[in-house]
Amino acid sequence: MAIFVDQNTKVIVQGLTGGQGKYHGLRNKAYGTQIVAGVTPGKGGTDVEGIPVYDSVAEAVKATGATASFVTVPPKAASAAILEAASAGITFIVCITEGIPAQDEARTYNTLVRDFPKVRLLGPNCPGIISPGKCNIGITAGEIAQLPTAKGPNVGIVSRSGTLTYQALYELKQLGIGVSTCVGIGGDPVPGTSFIDCLREFQADPETHAIIMIGEIGGSAEEEAAEFIKANVTKPMSAYIAGVTAPAGKKMGHAGAIVSGGKGTAQGKMDALRDAGVKVGNNPTEAGQLMATIVAGLS
Amino acid sequence: MDLFEYQGKQYFARYDIPVSKGDVAVTVDQAIAAADAAGYPVVVKAQVQVGGRGKAGGIKLANNADEVRTHAGNILGMDIKGHVVKRVWVENASDIAEEYYASFTLDRGAKKHLLMLSREGGVEIEEVAEKNPAAILMLHIDPVDGLPAAAAKKAAVDARIPDAAQQGVADILVKLYRCFVEGDCDLAEINPLILKPTGEVHALDAKVSLDENAEFRHPEWAEFQATVELDARELLAREKGLQYIGLDGQVGIIANGAGLAMSTLDVVNQVGGSAANFLDIGGGANADVMAGALEVINSDKNVKSIFINIFGGITRGDEVAKGIVEALGRVDLRAPIVIRLDGTNATEGRDILKNAGIPESKLTSKSTMLEAAEAAVALAK
Repeated sequence: MAIFVDQNTKVIVQGLTGGQGKYHGLRNKAYGTQIVAGVTPGKGGTDVEGIPVYDSVAEAVKATGATASFVTVPPKAASAAILEAASAGITFIVCITEGIPAQDEARTYNTLVRDFPKVRLLGPNCPGIISPGKCNIGITAGEIAQLPTAKGPNVGIVSRSGTLTYQALYELKQLGIGVSTCVGIGGDPVPGTSFIDCLREFQADPETHAIIMIGEIGGSAEEEAAEFIKANVTKPMSAYIAGVTAPAGKKMGHAGAIVSGGKGTAQGKMDALRDAGVKVGNNPTEAGQLMATIVAGLS
Repeated sequence: MDLFEYQGKQYFARYDIPVSKGDVAVTVDQAIAAADAAGYPVVVKAQVQVGGRGKAGGIKLANNADEVRTHAGNILGMDIKGHVVKRVWVENASDIAEEYYASFTLDRGAKKHLLMLSREGGVEIEEVAEKNPAAILMLHIDPVDGLPAAAAKKAAVDARIPDAAQQGVADILVKLYRCFVEGDCDLAEINPLILKPTGEVHALDAKVSLDENAEFRHPEWAEFQATVELDARELLAREKGLQYIGLDGQVGIIANGAGLAMSTLDVVNQVGGSAANFLDIGGGANADVMAGALEVINSDKNVKSIFINIFGGITRGDEVAKGIVEALGRVDLRAPIVIRLDGTNATEGRDILKNAGIPESKLTSKSTMLEAAEAAVALAK
């Protein structure tokens, strides 16, 4: 088991013929992911190292039976690409595109909710998802993810930041702790998938025994997650929040990462998580070590 | 990107939102010319991006050219909470019967647009929210539906805007919403939104924050970019297309990814140091970007050591290493580098650095983030 994606997930890459799309699409394939097709309008009938390319998602889905898509197209084209995938019957969309205007994101998200309620969007501006040994969609370097073991304990990871997602994978690998699934939800203001969506899945997944959550300043997603954890999550958790030293009023790179009007501070988020019974580390390494202690108690 | 009031009003005017007649001035003479054109009495308003201008003496009424000369002379160059006034906005003074508040933002929790409307305007909305939350109408708007005229009218009624002003407020709400959506604002706020004794409704102030991700479809934003106040380091970073925020410490930071960059600041702080900056070289950064980042850090005289923290996903370790080698050939770095390199192609990257023959006084490699932070902080002391 794993959440959202596994060894049976068939994936198309929207933007496979572009530089990043080709690089990461091929790396995902080399990892063992079932990358079954690419989509680039006007390039149908060609192929990328043996992966067939289609003009539209609908054609690619018809030919391959794919249910997931990896969207790696420029910001201007991303919203249309996401909606094209949804209307072609794709049910899991991973969008790594950075720099999509917030208005486009809000419209796309609400269109999906209304017209395609069964479709899950991960991202935009996220590193993707990896179920180690089974499926890797996105830009994560697969070799840094520790394989889960049959008897466990295995850890699920959910993170708002790309590089901190890798950092978390790396910390667990150093400690020899297996990972069931690692989800990067992305740092944009309107993420398609929230912490809560992932926590709910991890709680229900028999292969996941504990959960690491990585948040950052800005918004209230971590506080909302803390409420959810209190009421619904019985699996032990550790967490880290980036941005303790971030000055107020400055966007720290991510469109969503800003402390404004005294809201969205790292301290407030850490307090909320601690209050929900989560062990909170002061840096990613500490969160990893806290998880090691949790895992030692489980096995 | 936050706009000055005068830019916000000019932006509002593009969407037919009524604002006062006026102009911006950088000298006293320009202020008088602007006042003459706007018609007396006028209000002379300091253009700074900080609250409390009025209390600080940055907003004055002038009945004639002499008074404009006095007030503009005093306000230009004034320091308001650390912001030096470079421009004043001079506009025809309005008679005010009532003051309201209206704004549109994105509610990230609800993932919908949020209208806030109150008949208690002219004061900080946070204050109203605290003392009398019932006085603020909060209405979520589905971005797919938008804000039809009838819904705007209903909002004005529900917010208990007096009958005489309801239609005027509703009209402005529709226009302000269009400005918010089509104008790609993170925030579009009018406070106060006034009712004049003559019955018209009118935006007396403008607070606009633009979403920089939408810059590609707004060529008209170029003039706003020109007035963004950046220090020399931030200007250089912008030229090089880097996400940089200047801070006051001694450890220069370069990381890939906003989360890792923030985390790097935190870790440096935890081991007793302080960061000179936030710098995210982003995903997929190549050798050129890394070289540019080092040039920006090198321009900061406070920097005593440089901590490069790279975890490769989309960014490749070999590219980062090439960038460092290239930069060391191109720029005479004043401070030593401590690097921590992991993830995609990290081994190749470490090999490139090892084989480049860089002396250890200029570059040391550490295997964990904490060790690297400790080394960088030690070098900065």
